[in-house]
Amino acid sequence: MLQDRYSLAFKLYPYARSADQDKPKAARHPVIVMGAGPIGLATALDLGRQGVPVLVLDDHEGIGKGSRAICFSKRTLEIADRYGCGSAMLDKGVVWSVGKVFHDDRQVFEFNLLPEDGHRNPAFINLQQPYFERFLFEQIQTEIAKGAPIEIRGRNRVETVTPNADRVALTVQTPEGSYQLEADWLIGCDGANSPLRGMMGLDFEGRVFKDSFLIADIRMLADYPTERWFWFEPHFKSGASALMHRQPDDIWRIDFQIGWDADRKEELKEDNIRKRLDAMLGDDVEYELVWSSIYTFQCKRMEKFRHGRVIFAGDSAHQVSPFGARGANSGMQDVDNLGWKLGLVVQGKAPESLLDSYSEERVYGAEENIRNSTRSTDFITPKSKNSYCFRNAVLDLSERFEFARPFVNSGRLSVPCTYDGLSLNGSDAVTGPARSRVGSACPDAPVAGGYLLDMLGTEFVLLGLGMDVPKRQEIDGIIVKGITLDINDPSLELLRARYLGTAPQAVYLIRPDQHVAARWTTYDDNDVASALARACGKEELCLA
Amino acid sequence: MPRLITTPNIGRADAFYERLIDVQDSLSEEESQSYNARLILILANHIGELGVLEQALEAAQLKRP
Ligand SMILES: Cc1cc2nc3c(=O)[nH]c(=O)nc-3n(C[C@H](O)[C@H](O)[C@H](O)COP(=O)(O)OP(=O)(O)OC[C@H]3O[C@@H](n4cnc5c(N)ncnc54)[C@H](O)[C@@H]3O)c2cc1C
Repeated sequence: MLQDRYSLAFKLYPYARSADQDKPKAARHPVIVMGAGPIGLATALDLGRQGVPVLVLDDHEGIGKGSRAICFSKRTLEIADRYGCGSAMLDKGVVWSVGKVFHDDRQVFEFNLLPEDGHRNPAFINLQQPYFERFLFEQIQTEIAKGAPIEIRGRNRVETVTPNADRVALTVQTPEGSYQLEADWLIGCDGANSPLRGMMGLDFEGRVFKDSFLIADIRMLADYPTERWFWFEPHFKSGASALMHRQPDDIWRIDFQIGWDADRKEELKEDNIRKRLDAMLGDDVEYELVWSSIYTFQCKRMEKFRHGRVIFAGDSAHQVSPFGARGANSGMQDVDNLGWKLGLVVQGKAPESLLDSYSEERVYGAEENIRNSTRSTDFITPKSKNSYCFRNAVLDLSERFEFARPFVNSGRLSVPCTYDGLSLNGSDAVTGPARSRVGSACPDAPVAGGYLLDMLGTEFVLLGLGMDVPKRQEIDGIIVKGITLDINDPSLELLRARYLGTAPQAVYLIRPDQHVAARWTTYDDNDVASALARACGKEELCLA
Repeated sequence: MPRLITTPNIGRADAFYERLIDVQDSLSEEESQSYNARLILILANHIGELGVLEQALEAAQLKRP
């Protein structure tokens, strides 16, 4: 009855009978997370660290094998740092920032993602998704040992969901039969094919791209540089495009665009995969085929991510093509956004309507990701002869003329979303740098032997730059930590450039997800209180 | 916003037109399509202004107001 849909890389949470299964009535939980993929695990970590009890249900007993996400962004590492597992990821991952793009046998473009100093984390690391998930899982174990109320139940498949005004009722299937549960909040992290969406009859709209990609992870000892190499119409003819990228453990991700009509069964035969690989790498190169699969890609999203007491995050809410690495990375931004909001709501410190701002902000983020990912996919797999003609015109010009290079689009890599003009934003009264404007994720900068983002932590923060702010205050139930920095300190040069620009001084109000809520040139209790109320969805309350 | 120039702006219109056709003459249909695509991109970059380019994209559709 509970057939596995995939085999496991790591078995981490074997089925164990829970006391809830023997209760006469459905046990009630504040938060249930459906799905223990990267996004479900991160959600559990975020909530559990706040002391919010969270139960994760997954229909498997661990992490699926195989090749999915490999590129994890700086923002994802910053979020993971806050959860306590960023450095484990960074230590295992392969750091890279340079990408090269070739057309046929000629290089047409080169980019460097982080030409700037003074960030704790690199622009990107490559790390196999199973490792990424395992680090999240291990951090959950660490937090549980410290008392965090997190529980994961393997081989617990959610089969029905009944949303009510005050709770959500679930039926869960296990190897020992089914049982009932209730949740105040259900978070759907059940992936792109989300059964939950289906159960609730919700739409998932967008575009399917008519091309398929053969993905092969191979183990080889090679001295290619640690860069992202992408070919349009490669001279070795292994596909209409090709990608090569290094992962830890001497594994390389190779990716060939093989056309919509490709015969999946034929193409997946090892001999046929090797033909393509040999043409690319040369006949004398030895390698082991570790994993292969054929993917087709879609760009789709739900209209809104909150439906009463059911909230969607990660691939269940939005799906993008992998060019740009915006899948798991944007899911992590969902968690980052949802975690503190749901925490405040569950603890009764903010109104439920705050959760609508999760949908507003992350739909905005999803739109941006879908736009970028669609543009890249259109460039990589032109959908008409005319569009192909312009694509190649760009590539042909790029070799000779610099102006054409910015058009070359082999993926616009994930950067944090700036929530411009959205409901929670307070006033932006500093004519400071645009990159730290209200709505943006705080740029990192060195401070006193460490980094700013580490210093900010997980609460609301008032950052006084050249101006005193109260050390710690409680405003309407919400803790606001104060950090005052002496901007004349020469070691803060990068911080000044990133937060003050030409402004002589400033006060920033920063949300627990490290996005800027408001900024001013002077400190004022009332300004802070009203911006805080707004950032917590309590605006009416404040006016009343 | 700068406006797209839709009045005569090339001093020697006949000479330019002759050059344009001369180039096309030596090209196959497919080559001409590629050539034109490159030419559009080169000219667009020279103009630079997105607003003007949008007006040009619109104007070329010959829509009746
Ligand atoms: C080839 C490829 C390359 C990619 N590369 C990148 C990249 O470089 N960078 C990047 O950021 N992203 C990348 N992605 C995207 C990334 O893999 C996904 O965005 C990510 O896995 C989404 O995580 P998730 O937790 O939302 O969903 P999933 O990982 O799909 O997890 C869903 C979980 O829910 C469980 N589940 C499903 N139904 C039920 C049920 N009824 N009851 C209980 N549990 C259930 C599943 O078993 C699973 O464990 C790539 C994807 C592909 C296919």
